[in-house]
Amino acid sequence: MKVTSHPVGKAGGFAFTAENEARAGQIIARYPEGRQASAVIALLDLAQRQNGNWLSTEAIEYVANKLDMAPIRVHEVVSFYTMFNQKPVGKHFIQVCRTTPCWLRGSDDLTGTCLRKLGTKLGETSDDGLFTVVEVECLGACANAPMVQINDLYYEDLSPERMAGVIDDLKAGKEIPMGSQTGRQGSSPNGAAAAGVAAIVEEALVVGEDDGAEPAADEAAAASHDAPPTDADAEESVAGADELTGVDQGMVTADSPADEDVAVDAPEVAADEDTAATAPRATDKEA
Amino acid sequence: MPKLTIDGREIEAASGLTVIQACELAGIEIPRFCYHERLSVAGNCRMCLVEMERSPKLIASCAMPVADGMVIRTDTPAVQKARKGVMEFLLINHPLDCPICDQGGECDLQDQAMAYGFDRGRYEENKRAVADKYMGPLIQTIMTRCIHCTRCVRFSTEVAGVEEMGALGRGEHVEITTLEKAVGSELSGNLVDVCPVGALTSKPYAFSARSWELRNTDSVDVLDAVGSNIRVDCRGREVMRVLPRLHEDVNEEWIADKTRYACDGLRRQRLDRPYVRNAEGRLVAATWGEAFKAIAGRLGGLSGEKIAAVAGDLCDAESMLALKDLMGTLGSPNLECRQDGAKLDPGTRAGYLFNTGIAGIKQADAVLLVGTNPRWEAAMINARLRRRFLAGGLEVGLIGPAVDLTYPVESLGAGPETLKQLADGKGAFAKKLKSAERPMVVLGSGALARPDGAAVLALGRKLADTFGMVRDDWNGFNVLHRAAARVGALDLGFVPGEGGRDLVGILEGAASGAVEAVYLLGADELDLSPLDKAFVIYQGHHGDAAAHLADVILPGAAYTEKNGTYVNTEGRVQLGRLAAFPPGEAREDWTILRALSEVVGERLPYDNLGQLRQRLIGVNPVFAAVDQAERAPWEPFGQEGPVDPAPFELPIDDYYRTDPVSRASETMARCSAELLPAAREATGTDG
Repeated sequence: MKVTSHPVGKAGGFAFTAENEARAGQIIARYPEGRQASAVIALLDLAQRQNGNWLSTEAIEYVANKLDMAPIRVHEVVSFYTMFNQKPVGKHFIQVCRTTPCWLRGSDDLTGTCLRKLGTKLGETSDDGLFTVVEVECLGACANAPMVQINDLYYEDLSPERMAGVIDDLKAGKEIPMGSQTGRQGSSPNGAAAAGVAAIVEEALVVGEDDGAEPAADEAAAASHDAPPTDADAEESVAGADELTGVDQGMVTADSPADEDVAVDAPEVAADEDTAATAPRATDKEA
Repeated sequence: MPKLTIDGREIEAASGLTVIQACELAGIEIPRFCYHERLSVAGNCRMCLVEMERSPKLIASCAMPVADGMVIRTDTPAVQKARKGVMEFLLINHPLDCPICDQGGECDLQDQAMAYGFDRGRYEENKRAVADKYMGPLIQTIMTRCIHCTRCVRFSTEVAGVEEMGALGRGEHVEITTLEKAVGSELSGNLVDVCPVGALTSKPYAFSARSWELRNTDSVDVLDAVGSNIRVDCRGREVMRVLPRLHEDVNEEWIADKTRYACDGLRRQRLDRPYVRNAEGRLVAATWGEAFKAIAGRLGGLSGEKIAAVAGDLCDAESMLALKDLMGTLGSPNLECRQDGAKLDPGTRAGYLFNTGIAGIKQADAVLLVGTNPRWEAAMINARLRRRFLAGGLEVGLIGPAVDLTYPVESLGAGPETLKQLADGKGAFAKKLKSAERPMVVLGSGALARPDGAAVLALGRKLADTFGMVRDDWNGFNVLHRAAARVGALDLGFVPGEGGRDLVGILEGAASGAVEAVYLLGADELDLSPLDKAFVIYQGHHGDAAAHLADVILPGAAYTEKNGTYVNTEGRVQLGRLAAFPPGEAREDWTILRALSEVVGERLPYDNLGQLRQRLIGVNPVFAAVDQAERAPWEPFGQEGPVDPAPFELPIDDYYRTDPVSRASETMARCSAELLPAAREATGTDG
């Protein structure tokens, strides 16, 4: 019920497509009568997706009208959340994670590469309208730092060179598989680091021998097998991953939690090397 | 009631109160910025932190409800340190520009920084700067000074009922904005009062005076019939600004924009000396003696029936009584105060009062508005209705043109027919009125100021009786006046005497020549064209409509320039006080009439205001009970008869210009150009 006097939003030419209209109806129906305003974030997301990844004033006020809210209230929501873009962005919206883990692993170089390559500043859209680069805070993929999010997908384990490659590929209109760009399975150990990680895992096992590491590992393995394999992972599997895991290649998806993978590896590593006591030294050497 | 200990003193506080309120009960001052007792709790400024036993951290006292056994300390080193710290953080981004800030001298931040703050700043980095926002012709913004207390956002949403202000962004980047639109509320001036810093200040008053240079006079407002309590701030002879004064039963601590901002009209278009129309038909300046002589010459020998008097909307009771007495000595029964033509019945006081009382609205549970737009006719009463609506369970029906009152209103019909059906107990809304515990009906001047007004009034009475609105403990019959003078005039009987002419009669008489002289006491709102032929004496303070056709102009005092008694729409007698003397030759109105009486007839029997007030009380004892809204007995009034099915029309087209003072005000002219709904639609400033 309208309990204040407020202007009607100026929606201009903006309106939901038939598909989004239906979707919006479903979302609004989730909330009890009189609480339709609760759907505001979901509807704004729909509007942003429909409107080329940004929210125009028209789109914002359209949502306000749809939910019978004062336009200013919806403007407040939009300006509060950083994931709503208030000005047009490129077709590929690159968000470089710059929080500590990514920064330590070289996010500054990624940003630098992007900006040099595109000739823009942060937040600006390239002349061809394809790219906008912004820096954001933690995107929660620290195990695969440094990483960027491009539109809805994560691209991880990036080097400046690979970042440049990604931009070239996107420019060329190629599809780039999401996830690790070094061919890592999810967040599993990789290359030279893998040996060190193996040693650490081994040590952890020795320490944790009595507290049921085995059952935990089984459980994790079972859980991992349940995860549906993705085409991208299957194609992108590389030798390094094979050596280490020794399990079904398809099992690790880009979003599997890192600790599960390590736990899965653990029994095999332990079986290979009987001398668990040497593990700490091996770790030292690697370091 | 929960018992709690505050600084070692045990006090009882009603449950539901917050700790800050309990501290106030205990007489302890807690500094605050975002907390305001008439707004919802935000808890974002952190200035009100106090120590609570068994709490690891200090608590925000504005947001913590009282509980039994609480032990609160407000004077510990931890609390003092916290206040100092909060203050220092608030000042980090606050420009220390008090010397050029209009709020300087009456600023919460300044005062509290002195009382609780640190004696120096340790912040050496750059301060934040925020672009100023446009908020209309009344509010000046210097947004860098904003401390994000969000009082303005809460006020406009909750009290004013206009959701146009918001806080965009978050954290350090929050900016208060209306999206560059003027705040579309007739209560927007209160935003200046609720702002604890100098972020929102009064635009018309900008850089014109310092608070310590001003002489403050407590008075009452006359630009509507609410009788809002105001404080008039003058420098020298000039009224610099008008501020609200707390009166819980009338205006609480708010006032409407016209009350606050029309005061620049007191400086313009003033009548500051007498004028007499000469043989060539031109008004020329004259002395008081010449003006009186001209009047005496014309009135001399004229019989009483050929003289008439009309009192305007802003008159004080004293001057109206003096005019009534003068007319009495001249033998004229032709008196009229209802210059809008409202068919009010002066015989029964309950028949022309807002009987429920402004504070009584709190108890109502169903309201029927008839031919009125309370938002424009009495903004403070509309604010009360809105607050009652927000408390829940209020049904509001409206007969008359649909208007946006900031709360949901059920539109029932357009004219008296609907009222008649309702009075007969028909219709869906009748059920709601029937089931309501304390229903009320409000008749506006749109319903009464028409030829069949008396019948509409009788219908209103019938409706009140049908639904049991008048009982020992409740009177739900209300007339909403627009003119501050009206109830006082009706109370002292400024109405046609036996065989006297009413407004229509006077106008017809003037046109036909049966009435040869008309005395207009500040009356500008009536249809003046029939007065062409008559000898018109205009006594008033502004060169408004009626002064142009007057034959003699007697310069009077505006409401800030005289001691006067006013009765508001609920029948509350209040005293307005002289804040500055009238300009030039102008005099207090009753003294003009007293002086004139010596020239044209019998000398009026009072030599000072005290004697006049004694006479006032003699005429009607209600004038003795200052600041009381006494209940009036329920006696017959109105005149049953056929009603015209024509729809009700609202009397006000332009809220900002309704009387001689506001019509002379530049500020009000700007508001009317920009803030009226039609203007807001058309300008496109919001694109």
